[in-house]
Amino acid sequence: MRLNQNQLVLPLAALFAVSFITPLCVLIALSLSVGPEVRPTTVMHYIKALGDPYNVSILFGTLLLGLKATLVCLGFGFPIAWLCARATPRWQSILLMIVVLPILTSVVVRTFSWIVILGRQGVINNIAMGLGLVSEPLKLLFTEFGVILVLAQVQMPLMVLPIMTVLSRIDPNLENASRALGAGEWRTLWRVTLPLSLPGVIAGCTLTFAACVTAFVTHTLIGGARLIYMPYHIYSQAIGANNWPFAAAISVVFMIAVMMVIALLGRLSMMSRVDA
Amino acid sequence: MRKPNSRFDCEAASLQFVFRALAALAIVVLIAPSLIVIVTSFTASQSLKFPPEGFSLRWYRALFDATQMQNAAWNSLVVALWTTAISSVLGTAAALGIARSKSAWVKGWDMVFMSPLVLPALAFGFAALIYIYQMGLRPSLGFLILGHVVVCVPFVIRMTLAALTQLDPALLDASESLGAGGWMTFRRVTLPLISRGVGAGAFLAFMASFDNVPVSLFLADERTEVLPIHLWQQIEDNLDVRTAAASGLIVVLTLALMILAERFAGLTRQMRT
Repeated sequence: MRLNQNQLVLPLAALFAVSFITPLCVLIALSLSVGPEVRPTTVMHYIKALGDPYNVSILFGTLLLGLKATLVCLGFGFPIAWLCARATPRWQSILLMIVVLPILTSVVVRTFSWIVILGRQGVINNIAMGLGLVSEPLKLLFTEFGVILVLAQVQMPLMVLPIMTVLSRIDPNLENASRALGAGEWRTLWRVTLPLSLPGVIAGCTLTFAACVTAFVTHTLIGGARLIYMPYHIYSQAIGANNWPFAAAISVVFMIAVMMVIALLGRLSMMSRVDA
Repeated sequence: MRKPNSRFDCEAASLQFVFRALAALAIVVLIAPSLIVIVTSFTASQSLKFPPEGFSLRWYRALFDATQMQNAAWNSLVVALWTTAISSVLGTAAALGIARSKSAWVKGWDMVFMSPLVLPALAFGFAALIYIYQMGLRPSLGFLILGHVVVCVPFVIRMTLAALTQLDPALLDASESLGAGGWMTFRRVTLPLISRGVGAGAFLAFMASFDNVPVSLFLADERTEVLPIHLWQQIEDNLDVRTAAASGLIVVLTLALMILAERFAGLTRQMRT
């Protein structure tokens, strides 16, 4: 019985072969075809996807958005993970529940509540106007700042959980040794804790980035009609313009671009492991 | 021995202060939206102003007449339950195979199973739609569930694998040497010990399916409309206060489910490993 336990992956492997790998192959095939029929082949959709400045700017805008939101997540997520790893088990659970709740709540609901907060008559504008900080409502909704803020809130758990796992595994003696050798707290953080937690930081960044660039609901509801990102671009080309081969081509380009960024992060992670 | 950090109290305090301040700010930002949406859903007026000018249950009452929304919620529930059931069985089996195997092709499949977590799910949803049409078929509830399984099963595998790494292999050897067969060992030893991990994974898969937009966007049609898509369209078209009531309900239900998952599956403990 124990010998053939490899076979336990087979049912899921079969399901993935049929309903994951085959569709992606069909997507690639369609992206290389002129019309709705798979033959004849052409690369014209790729030329349009990569040659047209409009398409390229949407692609890079999306990747850049992902990077910015990931950095914001890291800036706030690392301190949370750091405090979590040092908290008592009870506080650890409470903090984690607070961090995890947003990602479990429906993404549409989360985004909707941000509309209530960021709108012209929203919470932030009411407070800012009430305090006399601004004379007219700030434009927060339909701006990139708003999208980044909401993405950071929504994807925070993906950053905190991997970092926390790594931080709680660091031998506290290493940090104590650093202090005993005369390094201050900041120096210990910078030279000891941070390098040791790098694998978790990179795992967190990978998951957060992947989630941020594909967050269709947040992009469309907070970004509005003016800010177009890749997922909506694919959707509107496929459903709105009914141009399936071109939508397939930009889907493939988008997937490859995201995978390249993730592979780059993976390389960083390997290098950090060699150093440690 | 002198306490190592006694000399650097000032610096330690500054680090603590900065980290606590950043974390506190982040926590306020994390909690506020959920609270605000709950408060807003009790508004008595037509607008989504916060704080509301008066409180009432009228928008919750309006939900009773929102048949389209109810249908969508029902569809979402059916899809999420099927997705969770299929993901739990296949995902747990796959995790058992992955945990005990060193062969390269099993590791390769592990990477394939995990790839929906990082691959843009919207591109996969579109690919699935093309595939269904190329086969000469139309989207249906069955295809929608299959699509959801692909994007939700990684959660089950991750959580089950985490639980399996903490399982002492000596227990399995003991069970076998006492004469239990493979199936008996699985049912009486392995499964009880990893059940919390599987439970946490199933919970995450359920929530991910109930909340899924990128796949449903392409694979759901008018008959199989799901709740997130329905709400998304409603918010895009006109900001209806009924959306706030539905949102409030979803937040409260999510919180309740999460507390249950914490009680029975030790959700946060599973996520830490």
